[in-house]
Order: sequence, then C-alpha cells, then structure tokens
Amino acid sequence: MKNINVYGSGCKNCIATAEVLEKTATAIGVAIKVEKVTDLQAIMEAGVLTTPAISIDGKLVHSGSVPDQKMATAFLS
Amino acid sequence: MLVWFTYLANYITYDLLGLVKETPLANGLHFFIEDTSKILVLLLVLIYFIAIIRAALNPEKVRYYLQGKHRFIGYLLGSFFGSVTPFCSCSSIPLFMGFVSARIPLGVTIAFLLTSPLINEVVVVMLGSLLGLKFTIIYIAIGISLGIFAGFLIDVIKAERWLVPFLAKQYQSEQQVNPVQYIAHKMSLLARHQFAKEETLNIFKRVWKWVIIGVAIGALIHGVIPAQWFSDHLGAKQWWSVPLATVLAIPMYINATAIVPVLESLLLKGVPLGTTLAFCMSAVAVSLPEFMMLKQVMSKRLLFIIAAYLLVALSLLGWLFNAINL
Repeated sequence: MKNINVYGSGCKNCIATAEVLEKTATAIGVAIKVEKVTDLQAIMEAGVLTTPAISIDGKLVHSGSVPDQKMATAFLS
Repeated sequence: MLVWFTYLANYITYDLLGLVKETPLANGLHFFIEDTSKILVLLLVLIYFIAIIRAALNPEKVRYYLQGKHRFIGYLLGSFFGSVTPFCSCSSIPLFMGFVSARIPLGVTIAFLLTSPLINEVVVVMLGSLLGLKFTIIYIAIGISLGIFAGFLIDVIKAERWLVPFLAKQYQSEQQVNPVQYIAHKMSLLARHQFAKEETLNIFKRVWKWVIIGVAIGALIHGVIPAQWFSDHLGAKQWWSVPLATVLAIPMYINATAIVPVLESLLLKGVPLGTTLAFCMSAVAVSLPEFMMLKQVMSKRLLFIIAAYLLVALSLLGWLFNAINL
C-alpha cells in the first residue's frame, strides 16, 4: 500500500492529478491511498513550490503539472 | 516579413471583396484581417520558440539562485526571473510560501511575483507585432524597473509585518534555514519540444478568441470613430486622462490579450503613448483574482499598498511619457 499526497489549493488540475493516479493504480494493480492536501502550511512544509505536486510515502516525486499516464506508471511501479 | 499580412488584407479587402479604399468598412475590415492573421501566426510560432528556450527554467531553480544573494542583486534577479520563468498562476501561493520559507527577502519575492504577469510571452509577442519594437522595449524596461523598485520599497517599509501569522513567524524565526537543494536535470531536445508544444497549444486555445474580440473592437474604433474625437478628449492636454486610464484598466484583467489590438488603434488615432502604456500595464498587472488569491498569504493592508503603488507609479510614468512625447 502506497500513501500518496496530492498537494494543491483544490484547483481543477489537482483533482485531475488524483484521478490520473487512481486510474493508473487500478490499471497496473497497485494499491494506493490518495489524499488531497489543501492546507497552505502543510503545502509549505512539504517543500512544494509549484502545484499540483505529488508525494509517495512522504517523498516528493513530481510537481508543477498534471502527469500523464506514462509518468504516473513510472511513479507507482 | 510582416508586410505579408498587409498584402493578405489588401487582397481580401480590395481585390476579393472589391471594397472602396478609405471607407469606414474597408478600413475596419483591413485592420481586422491584417491583425488577426498576423497575431495568430506570430503567437503560434514565437511562443513555441520562447518555450523551447526557457523549458529548463523552473521556480525550483530560481529559488536556488536567489537564496542568499545580496538584497539589491536579488531585486534585479527576482524581477528578471519573474519575467522569464514559466509557471501557472495557480502556483503563485505555494511559490510565495516556498520563497519566504527559504528566507529570500520578501521584496525579492514580490519583485518576482509582480513582473511575472506583467511581462508574459503573449503580451510581449502581441505588443511586438502590433505596436512595434520601441514600444515593446519600453514596456519590458518599465516592467522590470517596476518590479525592482517595488521590491526595494517592500523591504524599506518592513512589509513582512503584514504577512499572515504563520508565514511572518517562518520569515522572522531565528532558526537557521537549510540551503535549498536543487538537482539540475539536463533536458533533451525532445523533452523541450514536448514542453513547447504543450505550452503553445494551451496558450493558443486560451487566447485565440480574445484576439479576435480585441481586434474586432480595435477595427470598429479604427473604422468608425474620427481621430479628432480622441485628440479632443484623450489627448496629452487632458492630464487627468492618465490616472483615469490606469483605474479604468483595472477590470480589464479579464483578458489582457484583447486589449493590445484596441491600444493599437488608439495609438493610431493619436492617443498619446504615456496614456496607452499606463492603461496597458495597469490592465495586466492589477488583476483582481490574483489579489484575491494573495489574500491567503498577506493582509489586506499589504495588498492595498501594492495596488496603490502600481496605480501611482503607472500614472507618473504615463505623465512622464506624455510630457517627453516619444
């Protein structure tokens, strides 16, 4: 089980990011738990500069854009 | 090269449609065809090349460069990077917090955030293609100077007092900050092309209809309203027209893209350069949604100071340019 955080102020792109991750996880059969982090202080403490950003098990792996399926597969596997 | 678009407009207006020269309809239509074709083609081509060049520049890298620099160099660099770094305006807030937590002087951060919308690729390409190189260079120089001076002012008045509490605490804490890490990735040409293609398509999809709307309004002014009316009402003699222009421009943030063609036709009708510049920059820089967003990280008072600074500075610049009559 991978714990995933999607950081962002709740804009369209963050929702899209979470959706891509969930779809990809189902497709490649990886169990994940996605949480959307919108609290400003939490975003700052995670060291995020550009949103949407993704962390997996506490490690920042991507920031600044909605990933495509190929990128998401690389993060998750 | 740009003369091709004039030929195209000549051909359609006079040869194909057979309109009589110097009638309002022919003038307006000619303006419309020349400008829409020119802007749309140039936007596609130039945004792609600008994106290729700056693909590898990102806010993480900028923060790494800015940390620990001397204040005055920081204002200059912050202002410069603000104008060239690509990032989505929805990232303004995390970016602001990230800079503050790296203890980059607040003024440097503000300089970065201020020039970022002011000097953007769409406005620069449109100004360059419609209003010419001189106007564009003046615009960019003023944009960068406005950022530098704002940064200086922000630190002089110790504006960090007016950040929201958790940020103010972070900024003023005695605790040592760790230098930020940045690992540069070498970007392949293919990756640059991917980035540039996406940027260009995204921007184009967003702005094309505004270009058409803006040019249509410009064409209407160009064809219908006589130049005499403008020199009587909006000339350099009416000193109040400059501050009025900066204030009227505030709600125009809705789309700055639509404004440039309107300005072109105003300039052609003899509205002075200073008034036009003030209107244009105010429309781009003083954006209500941007300010609403920044309310999450700074108090109303600080936002008010920044807005007032922009309006006053732009009015002064407008007067100056009207007076020296470039």
